[in-house]
Amino acid sequence: MSSRPRRALLATAVLSVCLTAGCGGDDGSGASGDEGTTLTVYAAASLTQTFEAIGAEFEKQHDGVTVEFSFGGSSDLVSQIQEGAPADVFASADTANMDKLTGEDLQAADPQYFATNTLEIAVPPGNPGAVRSFADLAKAGLNVVVCAPEVPCGAAAVKVEEATGVDIAPVSEEQSVTDVLAKVTSGEADAGLVYVTDVIAAGDDVEGIAFAESAEAVNTYPIAALKDASDRDSPDSSDSSGLAQAFVDLVMSAEGQQILADAGFAPAG
Amino acid sequence: MKQQRPVDLPRWVYLPALVGAAFVLLPLVAVVAKVDWPSFLDLVTSEDSRAAFWLSLRTSLASTAACIVLGVPMAMVLARWDFRYLGVLRSLVLLPLVLPPVVGGLALLYTFGRRGLLGQSLDAMGIQIAFSTIAVVMAQTFVALPFLVVSLEGSLRTAGDRYEVAAASLGASPTTVFRRITLPLVLPGLVSGAVLAFARALGEFGATITFAGSLQGRTRTLPLEIYLQRETDPDAAVALALVLLVFAVLVIGFARQGRGAV
Repeated sequence: MSSRPRRALLATAVLSVCLTAGCGGDDGSGASGDEGTTLTVYAAASLTQTFEAIGAEFEKQHDGVTVEFSFGGSSDLVSQIQEGAPADVFASADTANMDKLTGEDLQAADPQYFATNTLEIAVPPGNPGAVRSFADLAKAGLNVVVCAPEVPCGAAAVKVEEATGVDIAPVSEEQSVTDVLAKVTSGEADAGLVYVTDVIAAGDDVEGIAFAESAEAVNTYPIAALKDASDRDSPDSSDSSGLAQAFVDLVMSAEGQQILADAGFAPAG
Repeated sequence: MKQQRPVDLPRWVYLPALVGAAFVLLPLVAVVAKVDWPSFLDLVTSEDSRAAFWLSLRTSLASTAACIVLGVPMAMVLARWDFRYLGVLRSLVLLPLVLPPVVGGLALLYTFGRRGLLGQSLDAMGIQIAFSTIAVVMAQTFVALPFLVVSLEGSLRTAGDRYEVAAASLGASPTTVFRRITLPLVLPGLVSGAVLAFARALGEFGATITFAGSLQGRTRTLPLEIYLQRETDPDAAVALALVLLVFAVLVIGFARQGRGAV
């Protein structure tokens, strides 16, 4: 085989790597002004709908800026950021995960608390298990699903259990609140402990039962602008971190707070 | 045993082979490097870890047994039967190979869940599968079965049916042919198929968490425990991952050994 086709092959390979990985581009974080700037926001999965709405509003207010989201479990996002993920803003579902970043050099500003969320009982439509109160969840023969104590929603459930003395024997301790909700919407579980906002987001698929004891475990959501790795390397870093702070400000503004309130979040302190 | 091949490999295969090997091995090395050795023993012998390990071992063995009981006849039908829609049937049977495991879990839920196709009648009889260890075994069997079927069907086709025809012509009954001819002929293929199925069952995650849920000692297998531990204690997750790795290597090595001896 001559070397020409081989070189062509190599060029194709390099080109395709460039196409997928983006050769030479510095993900547009700032260097070329507002034109084509991308703001990357890492946010807890429970914020998906509200933050997408806030992001659309932000893009409307800032010409040429694209807001990209990565939604996931707060602790997943933290470990990704710690491994160098290019996040400009991080919004966590609990303070514990935000605290993990405060120790690192990644944090640009002190976190601000922008919302709170409390637990609610979700039951399938028609409430086949006849659940009326938090204490009912300890009834024998009832399939109750909660989050595992290792994740924030499970920690909150444990707190309420300890405060009320109600001992729930769950049939499953799920990884995330969406997993709990899925077990309820599919009818496998008679009841699940999720957040107020999840019940609202699920619409007609579940019925929510509020309980006063939920005040024992209020989840506070912090948000902070971050200095991401690529920004720290480039001398012209003010641009993106300025935008990041502007996004945080929008979340804290009356407009952002209204979007959050519509989804069922309560204001923070 | 080293033996000189009569035909040399083309030289260009070595570089991609090396890259491929590095691509597979480097991440494994990275896991080993991440292990917090001083506390390794404490991490892997904690109550959570042991419960998850034994559950994984029990369910994977049970689902491998189920795969053999169901998969051997399936492979025989696919390999020896000759009818028009065999290709379609085979693709359908192999579907769990390409299906995301979470979708497999959903499919099981829609079948055996309380409101599922069969689950409604089961529920009426007082049988509840979801959230039980049985559900874990079912999820593992669902994703692992194709591995055994594919591997065994290949062996059956390679072995051919000459000896079976000869035995039958000498008056052996179909069951005798199966027991005395077919089974010994394809035993190596069956063993490697069973090992593949076992390995797949051991690593099963998506279908299990969707269909069976996650409760210590009942449905939380090693992969689910690793995923959960990662939330709070990444060191424990890495340590458990290493246990899973070593265990998998041992099983595969053991099976290779066994196959070589056959």
